[in-house]
Amino acid sequence: MATSKKPYERPVIQRLNAGVTGKFGQPSVTASVSNIDGNSVDALIQQFGSPLFVISENTLTKTYRDAERAFTNRYPKVQLAWSYKTNYLDAVCRIYHRLGAWAEVVSGFEYEKALANGVEGSKIIFNGPGKSAAELEKAIHNQSLIHIDHADEFYVLRELVQQNGQSARVAIRVNMDCGIYPQWDRFGFNLENGEAFNMIEQICSVDEMHLEGLHCHIGTFVLSTQSYSIAAAKMSQLALQIKKQFSITIKYLDLGGGFASKNTLKGSFLQGQDANPSIDKYAEAICSAILKSGFNENELPLLILESGRALIDESGYLLGSVLSHKRLGDGRSALILDFGVNVLFTAFWYDHKISTTQVHGQWQEDMVLYGPLCMNIDVVREHITLPPLNKGDKVVVHNTGAYNMTQWMQFISMRPAVVLIDRNEKPHTIRLRETTATIQAQEKIPNHLTHG
Amino acid sequence: MKIKQNIAISESGFLFDPATGHSFTTNPSGLRIMQLLREGKNKSTILEQLAQEFDTEHDTLERDVNDYLNMLNYFKLTQS
Ligand SMILES: Cc1ncc(COP(=O)(O)O)c(C=O)c1O
Repeated sequence: MATSKKPYERPVIQRLNAGVTGKFGQPSVTASVSNIDGNSVDALIQQFGSPLFVISENTLTKTYRDAERAFTNRYPKVQLAWSYKTNYLDAVCRIYHRLGAWAEVVSGFEYEKALANGVEGSKIIFNGPGKSAAELEKAIHNQSLIHIDHADEFYVLRELVQQNGQSARVAIRVNMDCGIYPQWDRFGFNLENGEAFNMIEQICSVDEMHLEGLHCHIGTFVLSTQSYSIAAAKMSQLALQIKKQFSITIKYLDLGGGFASKNTLKGSFLQGQDANPSIDKYAEAICSAILKSGFNENELPLLILESGRALIDESGYLLGSVLSHKRLGDGRSALILDFGVNVLFTAFWYDHKISTTQVHGQWQEDMVLYGPLCMNIDVVREHITLPPLNKGDKVVVHNTGAYNMTQWMQFISMRPAVVLIDRNEKPHTIRLRETTATIQAQEKIPNHLTHG
Repeated sequence: MKIKQNIAISESGFLFDPATGHSFTTNPSGLRIMQLLREGKNKSTILEQLAQEFDTEHDTLERDVNDYLNMLNYFKLTQS
């Protein structure tokens, strides 16, 4: 009778290496995850398809509040601005705006999204090296904070304000040596070689330009909190120097983003979950450096942060299914999954934590995880230890909220749906799965190639 | 297919090959295949037997048993 049969697990044999503790027979490394905010993974896949991105509004909200608290506990004037490029699904952006975040955008497209999401123009920070004259004009009109990236942008902006007689609220992006190598010196104006100060001098000579802030974004997934201390101290000194030389009070310092999430960088020996600095460590480094730098208490600048991945990575999951188990030429096991680097773009950077959805026995196997693309680059994990999974089994990829739902590629197959689980544990589709028609809608066939 | 005579197989799924000094571990379904091979059963009998004992589908079993037998060859645990 079927009911008396033993539960099946794919037969596995593995050689034990002398001197190396075998992974076999040890307790499961990663616990299984069968449920996200009260929704079973199986039910979500059944309803919305596989693969599927899932965002937890609960986790997102908690992470945001924790980050905000980390800074407001240490500094009197703090404002977070949601970095649109990290995840610009409108539903996601609106959650951040309701929590109080401004918008930080780096293109006309993102700028329009922010306006459409109800953000006041004066609460949009416009960053990036690629702003067009028309986009700048709109930003001037809306009194947005324009962060000048290069001299050519300054000249365009100067011409616009002088032509229209309307003033612009501006800041410059500053790059500097804060001990990060390679140094990010391609964005903004360099501090050490005097470029930043020269640009400030030029801005101060234009009546229609109001220098309100200073901006930097020293890198991404920066593991050294010390670098933030250095950056905050240098930015503060620059603000004080501006005060002294031009009698201009800098209203805000925008320290950008770059804080690490809980992911594990590829090739890192330590697990990100345990090793990466907490948001409190970053907050401590930045806030204490500003407080120590010599501002009058009534002239402390507003501290703006544009943290992206640290705010959203943890609330994102990618659910997927095993298409096949196969054996490689050297005897290693491999799984083919129904999502690849086209969907999980961050597989290029991280050794993502991946869980099974069912409780398995103690048996674990070293294996490679591949995506379904017929391309050699399509590797989700080069090495992972998992139970002996088989076709049809489900997996959960953790910490996928940042950059995947913006940098994913429409390549070979369609991009999956995205579901938001609200704070009452109800799932909502916030982006539809693409179809062939989605892609074909953008294509045109010249007359000579149509039939009949 | 036969398992080499001199290979020791414990009830907990631990294997030792005295010829090479290599040790191996195998999980319960793998151990069952080993035991059936030791009893001189052929592949189709093994498949039938496992289908009666374990809760799975025939195609899955066939594919996995083939893979397992290949791994036994790969680890040089078999003789013809
Ligand atoms: C100007 C700016 N601010 C903020 C961010 C967000 O960065 P992160 O996700 O590393 O916090 C970026 C991302 O590259 C950026 O370019």
